Amino acid sequence: MAMSLGFHILFAVAGMAMPLLMVIAQWRHQRTGEPVFLELAHRWAKGTAILFAVGAVSGTVLSFELGLLWPRFMQYAGPLIGMPFSLEGFAFFLEAIFLGLYLYGWKRLSPRVHLLCGVGVAICGLASGVFVVAVNAFMNTPGGLVLEGGKVVEFDPWIAFFSASFPTQAAHTALSAYSAVSFAVLGIHAWRLRVDPHSAFHQRALEIALAMAIVSTPLQIFSGDRSAKHLAEHQPVKLAAAEAVFQTTRRAGLSLGGWPDEEARKLRYALEIPAALSILGKGSPDAEIAGLDQVPRGDWPPIAVVHLAFQLMVGCGMAMLGVCALGGLLWWRKRQFDRRFLGLAMASGPLGLIAIEAGWTVTEVGRQPWVLRGLMRTADAVTPMPGLIVPFTAFTVLYLILGLVVVVLLRAHVFDVPKSRP
Amino acid sequence: MSAPQLAYLLIGVALLAYVLTGGADFGAGFWHLVARGPRAQAQRNALEHAIAPIWEANHVWLIFLIVAMFTLFPTAFSVMSIALHIPITLALIGIVLRGAAFSFHSYGLQSEPRRTALARVFAGASVMTPMFLGVSLAALSTGAVRVSGSDVTSGFFAGWLTPFAWLVGALAVALFALLAAVYMTVASPATVRADFRRHALGAEVAGAGFAAAAFWRARVDAPALFARLSESQWTWPLQLTTMLFAVATLFALWKRRFQAARVTVAAQVGMVVIGWGAAMNWHFVLPDVSVASAASPAVVFSAFFPAVGAGALLLGPALWYLYRVFRAH
Repeated sequence: MAMSLGFHILFAVAGMAMPLLMVIAQWRHQRTGEPVFLELAHRWAKGTAILFAVGAVSGTVLSFELGLLWPRFMQYAGPLIGMPFSLEGFAFFLEAIFLGLYLYGWKRLSPRVHLLCGVGVAICGLASGVFVVAVNAFMNTPGGLVLEGGKVVEFDPWIAFFSASFPTQAAHTALSAYSAVSFAVLGIHAWRLRVDPHSAFHQRALEIALAMAIVSTPLQIFSGDRSAKHLAEHQPVKLAAAEAVFQTTRRAGLSLGGWPDEEARKLRYALEIPAALSILGKGSPDAEIAGLDQVPRGDWPPIAVVHLAFQLMVGCGMAMLGVCALGGLLWWRKRQFDRRFLGLAMASGPLGLIAIEAGWTVTEVGRQPWVLRGLMRTADAVTPMPGLIVPFTAFTVLYLILGLVVVVLLRAHVFDVPKSRP
Repeated sequence: MSAPQLAYLLIGVALLAYVLTGGADFGAGFWHLVARGPRAQAQRNALEHAIAPIWEANHVWLIFLIVAMFTLFPTAFSVMSIALHIPITLALIGIVLRGAAFSFHSYGLQSEPRRTALARVFAGASVMTPMFLGVSLAALSTGAVRVSGSDVTSGFFAGWLTPFAWLVGALAVALFALLAAVYMTVASPATVRADFRRHALGAEVAGAGFAAAAFWRARVDAPALFARLSESQWTWPLQLTTMLFAVATLFALWKRRFQAARVTVAAQVGMVVIGWGAAMNWHFVLPDVSVASAASPAVVFSAFFPAVGAGALLLGPALWYLYRVFRAH
């Protein structure tokens, strides 16, 4: 399941953000009449189509896997999380329809309607992402239900939908999609621009991707800060694990790096910024940050994993912010990019996607041992089916092959562009 | 009618929509696989051209079905997921291979041999997937999947290894192929129309054969289903209507009235699904999991229906527009 999700999430964010890039390119074409923008829109549309299809089928696998792997969980929580999934179904349906119209409607629809269909793809992609995140937010902060002796006696689907972590988590995930995908696209086109420095195609692609990165990345850092404040209030254990805070403290410091030693209950080899965590989490240097000592040892998530993933995510985010600043400055001053920046952009291409996987690790592993925080343990939710290793291996191999084929195909799209005329 | 019963019908409608649209896309894969002769490539091109813009939208009916199942009837979903873990997983592998191969085939820029290989994967998976979906659904009717409380007591192999289940799987492949071939008599260029007419006539005969065999075998493997199908008051009018639609389809194909054939074939296949649903007698798994026993708390239904209504208001026009834009030309 984690493997399927980790795979799916990459295509899901592409499905959210690629349509926006493609629409921007087409819109620029309609405004400026430059044919290179049209070529770009075509290319990005095909890339979107490939990624969307893989996202769609891996999403189908996930919806089944909910039952195949977690029948007990679904029996109990299916009705609770069904509402956002149903809405997601509709958003996804509309996205598929708009994408079909967009991809095959270049000649059949008027340019305006065609562009609107593209906008429809982008909006529905965003909406379906947000709806799915509502499910995860509910798992993090389940609300809207009353339990008696392990049975749900009262339940309000709408309160469950708008659970405490929904707004922060939805914003953080949506922005992560735009930021990470724009960086991936930036990296690819920077690479090609190094090879063929006069290509207007890659230059334009780079500009659009950079613009999107510059808008989304700082917003993402800001929403990350909101998320930290949310965690401090609603999911203190996760924050404690992410920052490896073992003892509840006032003036808690922000630790950079380090290796958490669960036995000694200490974070070793870390660099600490005094009181910074209290400020970030609660907005005041003297605020108290709950530590892992608040919960029994048996209810700890794996601290090392969560802490390292958190550090990785924040580190990637900060590096991306730096690249954005540098890129913005270069473009503002010179309207073009030197080889060194292109190299840097190329190297930072995967950062966003790494940050997404890391951030997802933080929220998922950080919730363990719970599948519904405080209500149901992961171990109680799993299927009685023996030999799960067989489907696990099968799907892993399948996904590896798919991933490989996608890379090969996208490579063809990026390579096979009209060469610049010197 | 209770809210769960209404929801059962709603799920039935979604299944019907999936069979009539997504099913035909599977059928297109079948004809892609078996295309032979001088016009084989032309047939394949026509098939790809017809399904490319719409198959992903059609596929979403399946996701909608699953979501509705676990939201409204979580016990049934859980039981099916455990008892049919193996055939469902195989169908899923088929779904992944088919969707991925088709989109790689359509949007990738690659050499001819590689495109052919992808097309093969797409076509093969298009046959494998409905087979296992049919096998899984049939297993629910056998009475072999037993449940106590919400625990499956019959293990992971009950029901779906019976000849009946595999005959139903084959029937699903045949009916989907039939749908695709008939739709293609309208949607394909004139050069290959005669080929699809011939395919459709063949599929109609094969479908009738598998239907008869499955019905006969149900006597042994799915006695409760057989009893409902042979003894209920409604059954003979229903079966007669299905047969009439089948004959009408054959006749329309024979007379080259393709528009009419498209309507009658959809009605015929629809009647098969409806007949199966009626024979299930408000059950998801015969005899242990019924609509009443598997339903979510009432409050879930009262939130679900308005959400679905609102969604349908958006979805209906969008689907209509999609089909209109890409209608046969």
